[in-house]
Amino acid sequence: MTALEKQPEAPAAGEPLVVLDGVNKWFGKLHVLQDINISIKRGEVVVVIGPSGSGKSTLCRAINRLETIDQGSIALDGDPLPQEGKALAALRADVGMVFQSFNLFAHKTILENVTLGPIKVRKKPKAEAEAKARELLDRVGVGVQAEKYPAQLSGGQQQRVAIARALAMEPKVMLFDEPTSALDPEMIKEVLDVMVSLAKGGMTMIVVTHEMGFARTAADRVIFMSDGAIVEENTPHEFFTNPQSARAKDFLGKILKH
Amino acid sequence: MEAVLDNIGLVGWAFAHTVLLFLFSGVLSLLLGTFLVALRVGPVVVLQRAAATYVTVVRNTPLLIILMFFQFAAPKLGVTFNFIDVQWGEVSMTSFFGAAVVSLSLYTSTFVCEALRSGVNSVPLGQAEAARAIGLSFGGVMSQVVLPQAYRASVPPLASVQIALLKNTTVAGVFGVMEALARMRILTNNFTGQKIGIFLAFAIVFVVLVEVLSFLASRLERRWRIA
Ligand SMILES: Nc1ncnc2c1ncn2[C@@H]1O[C@H](COP(=O)(O)OP(=O)(O)OP(=O)(O)O)[C@@H](O)[C@H]1O
Ligand SMILES: [Mg+2]
Repeated sequence: MTALEKQPEAPAAGEPLVVLDGVNKWFGKLHVLQDINISIKRGEVVVVIGPSGSGKSTLCRAINRLETIDQGSIALDGDPLPQEGKALAALRADVGMVFQSFNLFAHKTILENVTLGPIKVRKKPKAEAEAKARELLDRVGVGVQAEKYPAQLSGGQQQRVAIARALAMEPKVMLFDEPTSALDPEMIKEVLDVMVSLAKGGMTMIVVTHEMGFARTAADRVIFMSDGAIVEENTPHEFFTNPQSARAKDFLGKILKH
Repeated sequence: MEAVLDNIGLVGWAFAHTVLLFLFSGVLSLLLGTFLVALRVGPVVVLQRAAATYVTVVRNTPLLIILMFFQFAAPKLGVTFNFIDVQWGEVSMTSFFGAAVVSLSLYTSTFVCEALRSGVNSVPLGQAEAARAIGLSFGGVMSQVVLPQAYRASVPPLASVQIALLKNTTVAGVFGVMEALARMRILTNNFTGQKIGIFLAFAIVFVVLVEVLSFLASRLERRWRIA
C-alpha cells in the first residue's frame, strides 16, 4: 500500500455523503428496487452483495443516474440528484464509476482515456491533465502503457486504467459494479490491490462484488440484497460468520462452495 | 480517342468541375449527415422524428427531381444562388453550380446519415455510458466518443456513398454546369465517328477517380484499425 493512500484528508469524515431515501424502481412489472434506504458516510466503504438479478447494478447506476428512479430520493453531499442537463453532468463528474466490462474508450490511447474528462469536463489545461493522468497511471501500475490503446492491454490493466480514469475527475465517491468478475483469476488481485489502497486512503466507495477477501479487508459494511430489497446489513465479519436471514445463509452457502 | 486528346484542355477543365462538385458536396454531405444522425440518436423525440422524416423523404426522391427543384422551383420561392459567381481559369462556379452542390449535398447527406447510424449502433452501449459517467454532455458523448468510433466502423459504407456521389455529379451537367458528362456530350455530338472512343476515355477517367477514392478509404480503414 503506497502512494494511493496519500489522499487528501476528507473534509468532514463521518458525515453522510450518499443518502438513499425510500428508493423504488420498476422495470415494467419487475420491482427491481424496493424501498431502499441507505446512508453512506464520507470515507466509508460499502460492499453490496447478493444473487444475480437482485438489483445491485441498478442500485449502483441509480446513484449516478444512469438509471432513473420512480420513487424516493437520492442525495449526494446534501443535494438531491439533478434531473438532467448541465447539473446532471456535473453530478456524474463527481461520482466515479467503474464498470464490469471496463468500457475504456476504444479509439483513444490510455493517456487520452484518462485526460478526456479533466480536459473536456473540468476544463483543465492539457499539460496539467496529462501530468496528473501519468501520475495516476503510475499509481495503478500501468504508467508505461500510456501511449497504447485499450485493446493492447490485458483485462486487469484495462480495469486499473478505468479506475485511474475515474480518479482523474477527483470524485467524491467511487462506484464499482463487479469490477473483477470479467477478469481471469491472476488479474483479480492486481485490481483488488488498487481498490484496497484506495479504500485505505479514505475514498468513499460503493462496491458490488462477490470478493469476500476484499470485503473483509477493506469494507466497513456489507449490504446484502435479494430480489430488489436490502435483506441484511452488517460488518463484514458479522455478515460472513453469522448471517441472520435464511436468504443470506443460503447465498453464502452457495458462493462459499466455489 | 483523338477527339479527346485534341481537346484535352477542355476535358481537363470539365473534370475539374466534376471534382469540385464532388469535394464541396462531399464535405457538406458528411457534415449534414453527421448532424442528422446526431438528431436521430439524440434525446429529443421531436428532432428524432424530424430527422427521420427528412431522411425518408429526401432519400426516396430521385436526385434529378431534387436538382430540378433547386433550379426551377426554389428561385420562385426566393431561394436562389445568384450570389455565387467565381471564375477561375475555365472553371465557372455560378448559381447553377451552387444549386447542384446544394442538391447533391442534401441528397447524399441522407445516405451518410444512414451509413453513420449503423456505425453508431455498432458502438457498444458501455462506451456512451462510460462517457456519460465522467460527466460529458450529450454533445460531448457524441463528438468525443460515439461519432469517432461510428466513423471508424462506417468507412466502407461511407466510401460507397461518396463514390455514388462522385458519379451523381454528372446530373449537374444536365443543368448547365460544364462538368465531365456535359463535355462528353458535346464531344460525342461534334465527333460522331469517335463516339466509342470518347465514351471509353471518360469512363476510364471516372474509374481512375473512383479507384483513388477507394484507395484513400482503404488506407483510412487500415490506419484506424488498431484502435
Ligand atoms: N434495462 C432493463 N430493462 C428491464 N429489466 C432490466 C433492465 N436492467 C435490468 N433489468 C432486470 O432487473 C433485475 C435487476 O438487474 P440488475 O442488473 O440490477 O441485477 P444485479 O444484481 O446487478 O445482477 P448481476 O449479479 O447478474 O449483475 C434483473 O432481473 C434484470 O433482468
Ligand atoms: Mg450486475
